[in-house]
Amino acid sequence: MAFNYDEYLRTDKMPTLWCWGCGDGVILKAFIRAIDKLGIKKDDMCIVSGIGCSGRFSSYVDCNTVHTTHGRTIAYATGIKMANPDKHVFCITGDGDGLAIGGNHTIHGCRRNIDINHILINNFIYGLTNSQTSPTTPQGMWTVTMKRGNIDPTFDACKLADAAGASFVARENVSEPRKLEKVFVEAFKHKGYSFVDVFSNCHINLGRKNKMGSAMENLEWIDQITVSKKKYDAMSEEERAGLFPTGILKKDEEALEYTAMYEKVKEAWQNNTKVEL
Amino acid sequence: MSKREVISSGNDLAARAAVDAGCKFFGGYPITPSSEVMHTISDLLPKIGGACMQMEDEIAGVCAAIGASMSGVRSMTATSGPGISLKAENIGLAFIAEVPLVIVNVMRGGPSTGLPTRVQQGDVLQAKNPTHGDVKSIVLCPGDLAECYTETVRAFNLADRFMQPVFVLLDETLGHMHAKAELPSLQEVEEGIKLRREFVGDPADYRPYDVPQDEPAILNPMFKGYRYHYTGLHHGPTGFPTEDAEICEKLIERLFKKVEAHEDEIESYEEYKLDDAEYLVVAYGSTALAAREAVNRLREEGVKIGMFRPITLFPSPDKKMKELQERFGNKVYMAELNMGQYVEAFERATGMHRDEFVTHFKANGRPISPAEMVAKIKEELL
Repeated sequence: MAFNYDEYLRTDKMPTLWCWGCGDGVILKAFIRAIDKLGIKKDDMCIVSGIGCSGRFSSYVDCNTVHTTHGRTIAYATGIKMANPDKHVFCITGDGDGLAIGGNHTIHGCRRNIDINHILINNFIYGLTNSQTSPTTPQGMWTVTMKRGNIDPTFDACKLADAAGASFVARENVSEPRKLEKVFVEAFKHKGYSFVDVFSNCHINLGRKNKMGSAMENLEWIDQITVSKKKYDAMSEEERAGLFPTGILKKDEEALEYTAMYEKVKEAWQNNTKVEL
Repeated sequence: MSKREVISSGNDLAARAAVDAGCKFFGGYPITPSSEVMHTISDLLPKIGGACMQMEDEIAGVCAAIGASMSGVRSMTATSGPGISLKAENIGLAFIAEVPLVIVNVMRGGPSTGLPTRVQQGDVLQAKNPTHGDVKSIVLCPGDLAECYTETVRAFNLADRFMQPVFVLLDETLGHMHAKAELPSLQEVEEGIKLRREFVGDPADYRPYDVPQDEPAILNPMFKGYRYHYTGLHHGPTGFPTEDAEICEKLIERLFKKVEAHEDEIESYEEYKLDDAEYLVVAYGSTALAAREAVNRLREEGVKIGMFRPITLFPSPDKKMKELQERFGNKVYMAELNMGQYVEAFERATGMHRDEFVTHFKANGRPISPAEMVAKIKEELL
């Protein structure tokens, strides 16, 4: 039997506002399938999003949803999670949203290792607002603010999340929806901050001006810049240039999770003792 | 119900009031002179199963507090002027999405970094218009230590009643002064708690923003079967974004009307020795502590003078101020620790220009002493 996405969608909000061929829809489907596979109930989860094309993600799923301000998704989600530690809190941000204006909150969410699932939809551009440079725009590409070619060095979001302390870090791309779903399942099961950098295509506001062709051709470009972690690990530094490893890049199940640590703070105050981690 | 006598500071009392009023979450960031609010509440909240988060910046502090409140718990942040400036955008989200929140601002010298350890009442107009766009703010201003407690409690009830941020304006003097205060009993506080309304019908019929034009949205706690959407965008009756001109206009109109139609529930002021008075002093916050002393000293010399002290600064008590102006004419002395921010409200309410009465402004980080007030009143008013 075909998978019933409608069970989890706000069908009256369809079609989405995303452009035809946008990878965000693939992520939405993989997200729903992962939720379903894990049996997470709609009343045990909430989705928090920021501003940009990715910001609309929250409005399409039938659960408690919050469409916040630009960059602040993780901060809102932290409040929701701390007040409801037994619930699943999913954060959807874009690359500008989660790495530029909201970079500080991403860093500190990772550092606390709070049990939030952060999906960063990385389309390498400010798509919604017409092609301004994002922290992940490849050098040399046309953007509306760098028409002669972007000079800003490119952010590796996974390295950032790893260094900042996230206990689960992964990367996938939208041309591999089944792998994406599997990574989501692992990320959502993980207790601690899970960070998934999902490469997605913006063939309209990145691709068109950079003469990258159709949506499919944009996906091929993403395939060209990604390589499985296994292959990546076997490569020399020279071979790695311009490539990003995919798959689960880090999974630390021993790392202490923030809401669990805060329970110890409560116990310490209630029993007049010191926190023992 | 016996009163409680404590020795404490304004910042400490604001934190204690929050917890007594049922606050379960605090999100903040250290800033002078408000940090002690977080120092106290970080001890108290974990004891009762709540949580206090020192976030990575001021913006995250307010966002976490709004997030917790969206999920259904009473929530607070505290800061000083620079922090309000940073939080401004997200305070706007709480207004448009109708999320209750108590914001304590312990005012210091501004603008910018200004005078971090010194007093000013320079954020009065910022509290009135704390974000871009049109909002109808509720601003409470305690005038003594006991009110730092009682007004914080009241702020929580008003936030839930009107489903929006409510400001409690302390200042460095009140926040840091340490003295005896008489507080209401815990039982009295608890009996006065009025939580936000909840929709109890079939979730299929739940339309959180589909409410009368003079009432706030009804926003149920998360995770309880009512699966709705919060957004900072203009939104329709179900909470989803819209750009429909009529719906957008109706929303903004309602955000104003829900407060304006119920100002009697919010208004609060004190009249001190006004019965037989011939001269009027207007002051609020810590400035009113000095003004009260000035009134007493002048009374000892036989001057018939009294004080009007607004406790709810906004919505401003316009009718009352007009009534007082009609009675006292230009025999008015108004003191505040800024360049005349609340005088603006007084001018608007009375139609009288500040040149027509006596104003006493100071914005150098120092309080106005009772002696300075008495001298100015003798020189320019009597």
